[in-house]
Amino acid sequence: MFTGLMTDTWIAATIVAIIAGAVGFFTVLRGSAFAAHAIPNGAFAGAAGAWLIGLNPIIGLATFAVGASLAIASSRRARLDVVTALALVMMLGLGAFFFALSNEYASEIYSLLFGEVFGVAGSDLLPIAGLGLITIAILTLLFRPLLLSSSMPEVAEASGVRSRWMNVVFLLVMALATTLTVPVVGTLLMFSLMIGPAAAARSLTSRPLLAMAMSVGLALLTVWAGIAIAYESGWPLGFFVGTGGALVYVAARLWAGQRRPARRGHRWPPHDGPRREQPQTTS
Amino acid sequence: MGWLSLLASLPSNEAVRTAVLVGGIAAATSSAVGVFAVIRGQSFAGHALADLAATGGSGAFLLGVNQFWGFVAVAVGAAGFMEAAGVERRRGRDVATGIVQGAGLGLAALFLYLAAQTTTRTGATFTVLFGSMFTIDPSGIPPLLGAGSVALSTILVLSRVLLLSALSPELATVRGVPVRAVSISYLIVLAMSVALSAVAIGAVLSTALLVGPAATALRVARGPIQAMAAAVAIAVGATWLGIVLAYVSYAWPPLGHGWPVSFFVVTLVVLPYALTHMFRRPRPRALSTAQSSASVPQP
Repeated sequence: MFTGLMTDTWIAATIVAIIAGAVGFFTVLRGSAFAAHAIPNGAFAGAAGAWLIGLNPIIGLATFAVGASLAIASSRRARLDVVTALALVMMLGLGAFFFALSNEYASEIYSLLFGEVFGVAGSDLLPIAGLGLITIAILTLLFRPLLLSSSMPEVAEASGVRSRWMNVVFLLVMALATTLTVPVVGTLLMFSLMIGPAAAARSLTSRPLLAMAMSVGLALLTVWAGIAIAYESGWPLGFFVGTGGALVYVAARLWAGQRRPARRGHRWPPHDGPRREQPQTTS
Repeated sequence: MGWLSLLASLPSNEAVRTAVLVGGIAAATSSAVGVFAVIRGQSFAGHALADLAATGGSGAFLLGVNQFWGFVAVAVGAAGFMEAAGVERRRGRDVATGIVQGAGLGLAALFLYLAAQTTTRTGATFTVLFGSMFTIDPSGIPPLLGAGSVALSTILVLSRVLLLSALSPELATVRGVPVRAVSISYLIVLAMSVALSAVAIGAVLSTALLVGPAATALRVARGPIQAMAAAVAIAVGATWLGIVLAYVSYAWPPLGHGWPVSFFVVTLVVLPYALTHMFRRPRPRALSTAQSSASVPQP
């Protein structure tokens, strides 16, 4: 399980889990689950198109992921979900079309949608690691403004953070994360890796840094356990990651419910989050 | 030569007649229900239902049952679950939807994998996710038509009440509307229409028929009833035109086989919405272009 080709699988999956956990923290905080679903799925069509004209699928993934995030970012808040849905189906329709053109769909569709982690080659690792580092760097640099505009948009505006730009930047980060994770876990399950662990972490703590760390940790746990079981059983990894993400969330909610029964419900944006953060992190 | 003679043979083709019938009823139901989905801001819920329907569809494929029953069973079950969890605020609701959806997709991955292992039929992934209207079994039409007409008449009967409870739940409660019962029956109708569209243009694309025509109609129509009529017209028109184009595309150059129907339908549904954005209001064209060019330099 830990030899030869499997080493590359473990490394790639670890990078993917770290990215998904970190980006997922903001996804859950901002309530942009639909965007997190739409961008990877739109990117799927890009990979299909790149395949068709003989380019590296990564290029197609990146192009379509950025396109999807800009389309979502350009819409006004009231029509956000409609535009997201239509951008998504349009790209999926294009994907179906590209695959029909290329005449060889069945297994490629399956692997793009549900992932092909056991087929990761050593040469794929460098671009994945590079894009991963960029994603983490952006999230680190923008941690505070992004946190503020996600949890308290009005306060953020008042203190000079442009919420609109933060939204664009965040969606582009998601596009970047998508580009590097989709070839590994597939479009549909990149999504559950972003939502499940992050939502679990949010229900366990309201301190932002801790929640982000827990989100990454739970994502790692989900992926590692998934790979081990998938390797032993021969069943698809997508199944274990998808259901694992949901299980982690349910377990976290039960645990949180048991520990703090007196608290009245979960306040969704952590209104005490940014305020409680220590000023020491700035300098 | 080629495509004209194909067009001439269109009405006599059995598969096309099935597609026109099933596509028409799916489009009419989905777009009428979609008006309420858009007003209530439930595009994501509708799409999640579609993805979960894909789980049911792939399960049905694995068992060798008619896919429609798989779509309906899972979508109705999921709609009930989402109604139970739907009391939370909007952000929490989206995240809960996403988690259920993720688990469902994981199951779909397993079912499709097992189907590829155990059955000799290929193309399960493509059929379940992207649909193929020309391969619908004609013997399965009666239940589809039945489900469609039940859903459509329910939505027509409920339309006034639904509108009231969507726009002002408090007022609806005061007026004595059973808000919760209405909401549950609405979700069941939503699930049924998603299942119908999933049969017609594929599970992951069924959102197109649900959201696209309704969003376009709500931008152009004056009232909710007109919006429903316009949405149905757009959806049925796009579906039928898509069928004709896909049929004719058998004679088009790059392929030698047909282009996917679902691709045409999705494009024809999204295009009008994009157009309503370019021409915001029915104004004299010269005025609106002058205004838009004047407003460009402003930040």
